[in-house]
Amino acid sequence: MTETASNPAPTRDSQGPVLSVRNLVKHFPVRAGGLLRRQVGEVHAVCDVSFDIGSHETLGLVGESGCGKTTTARVLMHLEPATSGQVVYDGTDLTRLSRTAMQQLRRELQIVFQDPFASLDPRLPVNEIVAEPLRIHGLYGADGRDQVRELLRIVGLKPEHGNRFPHEFSGGQRQRIGVARALALRPTMLVLDEPVSALDVSIQAGVLNLLDELQEQFGLSYLFVSHDLSVVRHVADRIAVMYLGRIVETGRADDLFAAPAHPYTQALISAIPLPDPRKERARQRITITGDVPNPADPPSGCRFRTRCPKFAEQLTEGQRRRCIDEIPELVDRGQGHPAACHYAEGAALL
Amino acid sequence: MSGGVSARSAAVPGSPVDPAAGATATPSRGRLVLRRFLRNKLAVAGLTVFVGLFVLAYVGPLLSPWSYTDQDVTAYLQPPSADHWFGTTQIGEDVFVRTMRGLQKSLVIGLLVGVISTTVATVVGTVAAYFGGWVDRALMWVVDLMLVLPALLVIAILSPSFTNWLIMIPLLAAFFWLIAARIVRGMTLSLREREYVQAARFSGVPPYKIIFRHIVPNMASILIIDVTVNIGQAVLAETGLSFLGFGVQPPDVSLGTLIADGTSSALTFPWLFMFAGLFLVIAVLSVNLVGDGLRDAFDPQSTSPRARRRWRRGGRPR
Repeated sequence: MTETASNPAPTRDSQGPVLSVRNLVKHFPVRAGGLLRRQVGEVHAVCDVSFDIGSHETLGLVGESGCGKTTTARVLMHLEPATSGQVVYDGTDLTRLSRTAMQQLRRELQIVFQDPFASLDPRLPVNEIVAEPLRIHGLYGADGRDQVRELLRIVGLKPEHGNRFPHEFSGGQRQRIGVARALALRPTMLVLDEPVSALDVSIQAGVLNLLDELQEQFGLSYLFVSHDLSVVRHVADRIAVMYLGRIVETGRADDLFAAPAHPYTQALISAIPLPDPRKERARQRITITGDVPNPADPPSGCRFRTRCPKFAEQLTEGQRRRCIDEIPELVDRGQGHPAACHYAEGAALL
Repeated sequence: MSGGVSARSAAVPGSPVDPAAGATATPSRGRLVLRRFLRNKLAVAGLTVFVGLFVLAYVGPLLSPWSYTDQDVTAYLQPPSADHWFGTTQIGEDVFVRTMRGLQKSLVIGLLVGVISTTVATVVGTVAAYFGGWVDRALMWVVDLMLVLPALLVIAILSPSFTNWLIMIPLLAAFFWLIAARIVRGMTLSLREREYVQAARFSGVPPYKIIFRHIVPNMASILIIDVTVNIGQAVLAETGLSFLGFGVQPPDVSLGTLIADGTSSALTFPWLFMFAGLFLVIAVLSVNLVGDGLRDAFDPQSTSPRARRRWRRGGRPR
């Protein structure tokens, strides 16, 4: 509908990445409570993160709460300014774009928020919520009403329900409205910020399947931010695991699940419950202890070493020295995919 | 619920209610609010009374043979009669015409002060909170500075230098928006962090549109309450000032001067102030009813107690 002659589909090498993130850094200042509010430190929310997302591809960004995955998504979308680094979309660096230039790119980059109860204006009927991006970009013409009805139909809602208010819908339906709003401008890429974590498990599947169908139908690329590995395994082509602002391991979803190389990934994967009770009892569990270190004062060297079971149990004193002194690069050490651990080795856990 | 809707939409073609149902299939927000407001009987009654008071205040004096300065030397301190509908004063002035004259002043002052002060408060509060930084600091500095000024004294000192009673409106409004502005600022601070505001900001909605489309409607209830409270307070403030001799100057009258003049003889000659007091009560009450109705109409989740009772009996909530 929106692909008129004035807005040709972006010409792009279908093999190259749609979006590349290079050395993205985001620090938040920590200020003292006093009158002068001078800066007393920095929270290293995102630290030297790089990844690519290809056309029609889903990249799952996984990690525990507070590891910087949502901040990464927000910096990508220009909702927060980046401290340094590049976000290259279709040959342009988004971090350097002006507001007006960004406005055009926003048509192609859209976001679905985590909480469907907070992301829809409770005072606007659903039609208006979905129509807003169209109006802002001047695409709500004479057929605007039909476009909105079509969008609601696409995400599996009844177009007749368009003049209802968000509170009259269930969580899953609201998230569908959020998806319809994100789709209104026919984007090429969606950032999904924990799109199903606020939903019941039974509803999650419906929304995930919808996202899958939409990817097929419109050729979308997804950045799927989640803390739920089993969900990510279901939807993602490639996975990046984050810990304390850094990507610790990345690779194709199948490879990563078949042979996780970083101790943190291994711990996460071994925590996924298995449906078979016999397997569940027999499996080897890798447990991590303690809390996430303070991101304002991250550990030297490998950030995971304070909780790393390998560091605590298997390494010699000399090997530990290296973990403390040297930041492990995210490179392939012979496991078939990159992992940021000096002593990475694949382990079959599932 | 969905079954009910589809059944209804399937039934409408060709039925007598079809045109209305078709036209309102996807109504704009304004029409939705209007529809919900009109469904509230009490609010419509309030609006009718309020408009009626305006009409009465301006048309009433034309129907009476007297003007507010005329003195009927044949009737001093007479109770209501066919000649003088609300009676006469000590010097033979017609109380009906004077009450209407006073009502005009009080309604205009109350309504305009209420609307102007809340509008200013909304704009200042939302702009300060939404943009933050030096805009916020500058605007709140002005608010704090004005809050320490004694409003009554400033108006009392300024008002004698103006002869036109209309100057009361900006003078009162200037001191009525301050606290509301701070409340609006506080609410905006929390609203602007909501995800739907961020979603709007992300899709490139300009700030003024975010403020008036996403932020202001979400605090409509408090703004409407503020308007209605301000209208009542403005009428009372004007009354107080006039009572002290700083507001509307004689020979002109307002409800305030009428009440002030009449209170001394309230027990012996009640018609001197009773009618003015009655109209004051009716005016403020009707404004409050309209405010209640508007608040319910703007808030999709609020249902009036009456509607909720109906809902429990098995009807639909709105």
